[in-house]
Amino acid sequence: MSNYFSDNPDLRFALEHLDLGRVVDLREDGYTQSRDFTFAPRDLDDALDSYRRTLEIAGEIAGEYVAPRAESVDREGSRLVNGEVCYAPGIDEALDRLREADLMGITLPRRYGGLNFPFSVSTMILEMVSRADPALMNVFGLQDIAETISHFADEEIRRTYLPRFASGEVTGSMALTEPEAGSDLQNVQLKARLGSDGVWRLNGVKRFITNGCGRISLVLARSEEGTTDARGLSMFLYERDEHMKIRRLEDKLGIHGSPTCELQFNDAPALLVGERRRGLTTYVMSLMNGARLAIAAQAQGIAEAAFRAADKYADERIQFGGPIRNLTAVAAMLADMKVAVEASRALLYETALIVDLKEGIERRIGQLGESGAEAGGAETGAGSAAERAASADPAAEIKGLRGELKKYNRLAALYTPIAKACATEMANTVAYQSLQIHGGSGYMRDFAVERHARDARITNIYEGTTQLQVVAAIGGVLSGTMAERLDEYDAADLPATPELLARVRTMRGRWAAAVAHVRAVDDTMFRDFHARRLVEMAIDLVCAYLLLRDAQHDARKLLVAEYFVAGMTARIEGNAVAVLASDAGTIDALAALSRDA
Amino acid sequence: MTLRTIVLVKQVPDTQNVTGDAMKEDGTINRGALPAVFNPEDLNALEEALRLKDAHGGRVTVITMGPPAAVNVLRESLYRGADEVVLLSDIAFAGADTLATSYSLVLAIRKLGEFDLVLCGRQAIDGDTAQVGPQTAEKLGVPQITFVSCIDELVEGDAAGAGTGGGRGHITATRSIEGGFETLTAPLPCLLTITNEANDPRPPSVKRVMTYKDAAAETLAEYDDSYLDPENDAAEVCMLDRHGNAVCRAKVVQWDAAALGVERAQVGLRGSPTRVKKIDSVVLAQTDTRLVEPTYEGIAELVRKLTEEHILG
Repeated sequence: MSNYFSDNPDLRFALEHLDLGRVVDLREDGYTQSRDFTFAPRDLDDALDSYRRTLEIAGEIAGEYVAPRAESVDREGSRLVNGEVCYAPGIDEALDRLREADLMGITLPRRYGGLNFPFSVSTMILEMVSRADPALMNVFGLQDIAETISHFADEEIRRTYLPRFASGEVTGSMALTEPEAGSDLQNVQLKARLGSDGVWRLNGVKRFITNGCGRISLVLARSEEGTTDARGLSMFLYERDEHMKIRRLEDKLGIHGSPTCELQFNDAPALLVGERRRGLTTYVMSLMNGARLAIAAQAQGIAEAAFRAADKYADERIQFGGPIRNLTAVAAMLADMKVAVEASRALLYETALIVDLKEGIERRIGQLGESGAEAGGAETGAGSAAERAASADPAAEIKGLRGELKKYNRLAALYTPIAKACATEMANTVAYQSLQIHGGSGYMRDFAVERHARDARITNIYEGTTQLQVVAAIGGVLSGTMAERLDEYDAADLPATPELLARVRTMRGRWAAAVAHVRAVDDTMFRDFHARRLVEMAIDLVCAYLLLRDAQHDARKLLVAEYFVAGMTARIEGNAVAVLASDAGTIDALAALSRDA
Repeated sequence: MTLRTIVLVKQVPDTQNVTGDAMKEDGTINRGALPAVFNPEDLNALEEALRLKDAHGGRVTVITMGPPAAVNVLRESLYRGADEVVLLSDIAFAGADTLATSYSLVLAIRKLGEFDLVLCGRQAIDGDTAQVGPQTAEKLGVPQITFVSCIDELVEGDAAGAGTGGGRGHITATRSIEGGFETLTAPLPCLLTITNEANDPRPPSVKRVMTYKDAAAETLAEYDDSYLDPENDAAEVCMLDRHGNAVCRAKVVQWDAAALGVERAQVGLRGSPTRVKKIDSVVLAQTDTRLVEPTYEGIAELVRKLTEEHILG
């Protein structure tokens, strides 16, 4: 019996130590939903018990059902037959299984058939599914687009489409990328025209669309003729009919079970989601943040699988008279991998918790009678009167919550990209090292590790490359948002590890000096040049504090924290020296350096 | 017509994941060392019942007999989609062999009223007798199809008796027999025993898990299913199923010996003529394999040896 939840002590540690009390209270409207839904929790313990049971069921499906099919899914891939996409049989079977378990609308509100779980828990499910098969996670994880519909579409669209997502009747896709609009989405050309019959129609081409064959697509399109920038773009909901052709399926390095489609829209009727002109600026940014968290979970799952493959191989492979894990070089690689996996997981679930708090506060503000437009998620509060918990002094509560929302908005905008950057780069490193430990065998298709290495490679590219995550994060790193959060970690009670804490503080000083230097030089190119280093240092510091926090009540985590702090000291020193020893002149050499004389 | 299917299930020690101390020195099972699980082929039987319900509608009732802790397999049944569950539990039932077990099960089935199908697993992994299903069918006086690996067709009749094969319809199933398959058709009501080849049982639905995780047994003397009617004022609607139909929150109904009206001489140890004479703990000593030449002489020699060792004949 293989269960990807019960066999993973670090994941269970993450669940046990996640402080979900406030998140669940906000999400469950003070536990009033159990009046309308028999599967809603009556209190926090009930909710946590339900999360644990659900994770066990998802873990068993991942371990017993999805993982054994991953190799054949990778070999067979998806096929385009007469204009229709056929998933590999293992993908269809696994989706059926997840549907039967009622796992297709994990975070959706209950009134649309969802489970109303926090993102922290859904992220754990995504991690486990990805450990089993990251290609499946793409199709399964696109339930995220239902979350966007839930946030921004009007009630009629929600009522029509969300139950179909939650029951698993439909899957979705987010159709954003075009041949000339990849990272630069404001260049989207696909046209949306409002006909005299009041129906929007789409014309144009989308490329690299994951699960573009899904029944429902959210399509980013240019609705304002004559515009060329982001403000001319709106979001549309399109349900598959004869007006869209799948022109081709990409032949990819990895995630073969996830169909990547090129779509041609020919006068395809579509529904406007939310307001015109806010497609990219509001809705896609929200959609993308959810997707980035999901991809971070995907990378985390691949890394877990790759580490375990190396760990097993190092036990079984005998060279020089013993298992190769007895060789220090191999043991060191295994320790590096395991510590990196745990550090990244700490950051991943810290991020999920921040996103949950942000969403919960938005929701509460919405319920307290906010007009809606200001708080981005106010629409989510549109529940029955019975769902709304009363407030003694709504005005005062709203005021306090607004301040908090501001803080968590900033934190979510900083943590989502750093979690994605950290997990996806880590997954590539871990897969690379795992293949290295396998030696020549790892290069062969007989072992799963070559698949992990190929699958990991897309994670730091799609939903924004690591370079773009750095762009998204550098503002928060330089502005003080990061420093404030580190102050909060530092002010927490960390009595068990005074010496380690002192070392982390020293490194924090090096990072602060580097930040100050970049600010002082005050040159955009110089800032961009060092942005990656500053963000990497910040990731190291956040992970170090989170591991210190965990080390307070766990002897094994103390070992992990010590090993991590030793490694990060070397990295932060290196990055700090690189920043402090350079000035604006360094930039001038870049162009010349990248060419021959 | 509403298809009424009754599934008989059993909680058993997990003999498929055995550890060293699974057997006591006297050869009986050390239940403390083995976790209790849903008998695997009973899950296959439940799955067939749920698939018939998915296709034809109707109601699935699950019965188990066992100690109070056996309520766990009933919860597991609710998690997967059973509509109502019944626990037969009484100290008087303890020590029952297959004869006494089938006697009590038959009384419970009769108490539930009319039915179309009784499904059970081929056999339980603790006793491996495969007798309870056939004995139950005999006592109910209904036809049985054992070792079913596939239900090919179910044709419902109507109340007026217009259906083929009798008023309630008929069922066609394929059974695994030595060296092949046999396909049989029987009129309803009838009893089927299901093998693990029939299906891959569905996982629990997490919504149903959250709804029923605390379901506890309620001792009731009479059978009253009015709470399962969503139109009834007393019904507590639990959720909508995948097809949008209201599902009522189920109870775990518990019946004891008195509720079933048993004759004491027919239940428990007193009602069980089977006695375990001796149990051997067999450890296979032979590690190598022997090649038998595919000739008449080779086969004759094999038969001779098997006869000599009392394996054949």
